Amino acid sequence: MSDFLAMGGYAGYVWSSVAIFVGVLAIDFISPRLRRRRVLAELRGRARRQQRKSTENPTP
Amino acid sequence: MNKLTLWFHTLGSPPYFHRLAGRLAPWLFAGAVLFAAAGLYGGLVVAPPDYQQSDAYRIIFVHVPSAWMSLFIYFVMAVNAFIALVWRIKLAEVLAMACAPIGAAFTVITLATGAIWGKPMWGTWWTWDARLTSELVLLFLYLGVIGLYQAIEDRRQAARAAAFLALIGIVNVPIVHFSVKWWNTLHQGSTVRLLGPSAIDASMLWPLLLVALATKLWFVASLLVRARVELLALEGGKEWARAEAQRAEGTP
Amino acid sequence: MRYGTAASACFALLRRDLLLSWRRRGDALNPVLFALIVVTLFPLALGPEPNQLARIAAGVILVAVLIAGLLALDTLFRGDYEDGTLEQLVLSPHPLPLLLASKILVHWLITAVPLVLAAPLLAAMLYLPADVLPVLIAALALATPLLSLLGAVCVALTVGMRRSGMLLALLVLPLYVPVLIFAAGACDAAQAGLPFVAPLLWLGAALALALVLAPLACAAALRISIT
Repeated sequence: MSDFLAMGGYAGYVWSSVAIFVGVLAIDFISPRLRRRRVLAELRGRARRQQRKSTENPTP
Repeated sequence: MNKLTLWFHTLGSPPYFHRLAGRLAPWLFAGAVLFAAAGLYGGLVVAPPDYQQSDAYRIIFVHVPSAWMSLFIYFVMAVNAFIALVWRIKLAEVLAMACAPIGAAFTVITLATGAIWGKPMWGTWWTWDARLTSELVLLFLYLGVIGLYQAIEDRRQAARAAAFLALIGIVNVPIVHFSVKWWNTLHQGSTVRLLGPSAIDASMLWPLLLVALATKLWFVASLLVRARVELLALEGGKEWARAEAQRAEGTP
Repeated sequence: MRYGTAASACFALLRRDLLLSWRRRGDALNPVLFALIVVTLFPLALGPEPNQLARIAAGVILVAVLIAGLLALDTLFRGDYEDGTLEQLVLSPHPLPLLLASKILVHWLITAVPLVLAAPLLAAMLYLPADVLPVLIAALALATPLLSLLGAVCVALTVGMRRSGMLLALLVLPLYVPVLIFAAGACDAAQAGLPFVAPLLWLGAALALALVLAPLACAAALRISIT
């Protein structure tokens, strides 16, 4: 096991590469989700504002 | 209208695409993670150490698939950009713009892992060789597309301008590659060489192909998710987008 | 309503642009001044050793000219966009690529030609060998119109933006890389006593291609950014 982790003395190189691969893709995974949450919240806010406006001065 | 064109027209409709993409993306992500795990297990554990490079060569299992993807995604982006400019299909604009950040991510991975591989193998983090330089230029192109898309207020116009830039870029990449190649033969400076294409052993090939497949699936999944969000933002005023926002109220 | 011919429209545009830049003739010196400053900084940073400076002279001059041109690019459409002339050009019945080509020509004449003329001075400051100077000037004469044409396409994409400086540099840089490589390659080859004609011919071929295609691309880009 420790042999496997040591990677023949290249542990720092190999594992940092894998970490970069996983890390960058994780950011790629999360960022659209965060944006989706923002967009949806904004859409809900817009709908609420519109509703309030139509209840305050209802159009005949 | 025959069935195929009809299907294309349905697919191009934002609510339909939104629904379909939402259903497909989780499966694609799951497949990508599964294949990547299998491929990395094969690459990092099963495959024997290389007789020249010992264990350091294992970096190629993340480096090479990312490099393939960086070019492949640019190609997909350019095709979508072309469709967006010629036929003015909204979905093609959205897809082209969704490609850019994913492509930039894979290009960053390629450059970073390439540098990490170069240090023990060539003794240097970076050389101004044709492949590395054109990869760096590719990153600039991706960043340019993203930057231009962010900088213009009107979303449709921004997408079209950035799509145009993407098309200019696809002409530019091979030119940069060949000019740097020619420049290197002139300089004769660096003696470090990319390792010769030694016939790759089967025990190393299958993990490589598995990771490559995983990155392809990941790209499609991420593309669908990004395109979904973008469509939602673009069509904010439409009925289906509002319904979607209400539906997502309870779930985080 | 009658319109003149396309040629007369181009001439009118050329005359107008030249006249406008003549009225602000001090501006034409700005790129030269900038290149001069950049070239002055290099000996200060690297030390006044003539051999060392001579080795990097051609490259430094090319980069200085490239950046000076990049800074001047922004003015290509800026004034015309702000006063609405550009919109009129897009709407005019004459072929837009031709009109843009004449605008690019004037822009090259007033921003890049002074740089080419100043090249001997810059070369002397960096001890460039005398036999390399003609090659450098030839490379500049072929490269600067190419830079202006390629840059114009990118400027057309960013024309409506208020602060486009850094973005413009990012868009233009990938397109400038091959031009820089070939121009510097010619100078390097000349300095090493190798044949230097091939890269110059490549630049010439690229220029011929860009002369035809860049105005078309510039027009297409402009139609996207002005709606």
